[in-house]
Amino acid sequence: MVKVQRQHVLVGWVLLVGLFLLTGCDSEHRFVKRTSFKGTNQIVITFAGPVDEPWAKKMDHYAVYEKQDPDIVLGLAGVALSQDKTTVTLTFQETLNQEQPHVLSVKEIQSQGKSQGTALLTVKKVYLGYLLSVLLGAMIIKNFVFTKYLGLCVFFGTSQKKSTAVGMGVTFTLVMVASAMMSWFMYQFVLKPFRLDFLQIVVFIGLVSLSVQAVDTILRKVNPALFKAFGVYLVLVIANCIILAVPLILANSEYNAFESLMLAVGAGGGFLIALFLMSSVRERLEVANVPPTYRGLPIAFITAGLFALAFMGFSGMSLF
Amino acid sequence: MAHTKKSNSQLFFDGLLTENPIFRLALSMCPAVGISTSVMNGILLGVAVLFVQVFSSCTISAIKNYIHPRIRIPTYTLTIATWVTVIDLVLAAYLPAAYKEMGIFVKLIVAFAIITMRLEMFAAKNPLIPSFWDAIGMGFGFLFGMVTLGAIREILGSGTFLGFDLVGEKPLLFFILPAAGFFVVGFMMAIFNYMDLVFKRMKEKKG
Repeated sequence: MVKVQRQHVLVGWVLLVGLFLLTGCDSEHRFVKRTSFKGTNQIVITFAGPVDEPWAKKMDHYAVYEKQDPDIVLGLAGVALSQDKTTVTLTFQETLNQEQPHVLSVKEIQSQGKSQGTALLTVKKVYLGYLLSVLLGAMIIKNFVFTKYLGLCVFFGTSQKKSTAVGMGVTFTLVMVASAMMSWFMYQFVLKPFRLDFLQIVVFIGLVSLSVQAVDTILRKVNPALFKAFGVYLVLVIANCIILAVPLILANSEYNAFESLMLAVGAGGGFLIALFLMSSVRERLEVANVPPTYRGLPIAFITAGLFALAFMGFSGMSLF
Repeated sequence: MAHTKKSNSQLFFDGLLTENPIFRLALSMCPAVGISTSVMNGILLGVAVLFVQVFSSCTISAIKNYIHPRIRIPTYTLTIATWVTVIDLVLAAYLPAAYKEMGIFVKLIVAFAIITMRLEMFAAKNPLIPSFWDAIGMGFGFLFGMVTLGAIREILGSGTFLGFDLVGEKPLLFFILPAAGFFVVGFMMAIFNYMDLVFKRMKEKKG
């Protein structure tokens, strides 16, 4: 048993380190911290220290081209230096094709009178990192239960025992992913092109019931053991507002298929985390000496309040 | 079909107090915690829920004989969704500022357990008039709960009531924080439980 757990931990660490290597290290010069796209036609360069203003303001010092055709140098429209003199924003005459990596050469960086050498940098969209940030954002930073206050009826109803909580969380995540992807598809390819936006609510609630029914049928036929364990929670999933909130959020924001998938998985995972945390506390509360008027739901609400305060600590955090 | 024997006024007060959706039945907690930061929010969402509850109860009660029992739940859901769409579009057109503040919660009225529960438990079994009064009672019960929570949080948190300055300062800023919603609901439930306990003791003494 112990050995298996160690393996799991090892795999987890390798994955984490890999992700950080993949997303975190894109600095190619010791004086340049970060380069990124901004808006449709801007590139932001963050330096490790303040640079000299006369040097930074001169457009000749920057040259940018797409990696695949180095002959075409993109025309600059303007250079702006931030107040603390560490970030330079380059504005281009035309919209940048952000799917392509760009090469940016910065000549003879001048910082406090000293030259820091020429830097040849690559600017690219860290897409995997962005996906991860959508996932973690939905799961922890904007946890649907503790920071958006959704799905509370089911949350308080099924968080009495750890086993129930995990069952509910897993079932919920499954249905969530299925229904979110279906509603994303429906919204992008049917409702939006035909200008039927106002039918959002009716269509989404129909799709949610449909996917609950589908998961029910498939699970019953394919894996009866799993159905026996999780089937009871399927009915409760419809009564959960998160399952309807995610399609509505997806309709409001322009997410593509992968981002929608990440948001759905994050919402489900966040609900699972919240249920697990809460059920751990409530199992302890069962044996605690709670005043009679607070027994049951009132104390559960106050516990959830404390959790919500703790989760407020994550707010405003941004990854990548 | 078991028709109710309660009078109309009894149905109304049941929903308002003894079966209050928020404090007694503990249903539809999401908005009670999420957007009860001011009285105005409470009133607006309360009115929206009242509207949806009354109209869907009446609709279901009127057509109950034509619904096949096996598809009754999808029928309820679609009826509610239709009326929610109506109130959603009306609010977005006439009260855009308040609508923005309430955000996604207006659309989420569809998923409120209280409305489906009343349709299943009451409207599907009773004639139009009692269903109407039951829906009015439940709707006002929800409105009452939301306004109470909103008043507590607004007075304690920002020292105002419906935007009018009462105290002149912000007594306990904590209550305007989003997380305080859980605490206020918890305390209110405890108070209701305590009142229940006191009433029971008084009855025992009399008996």
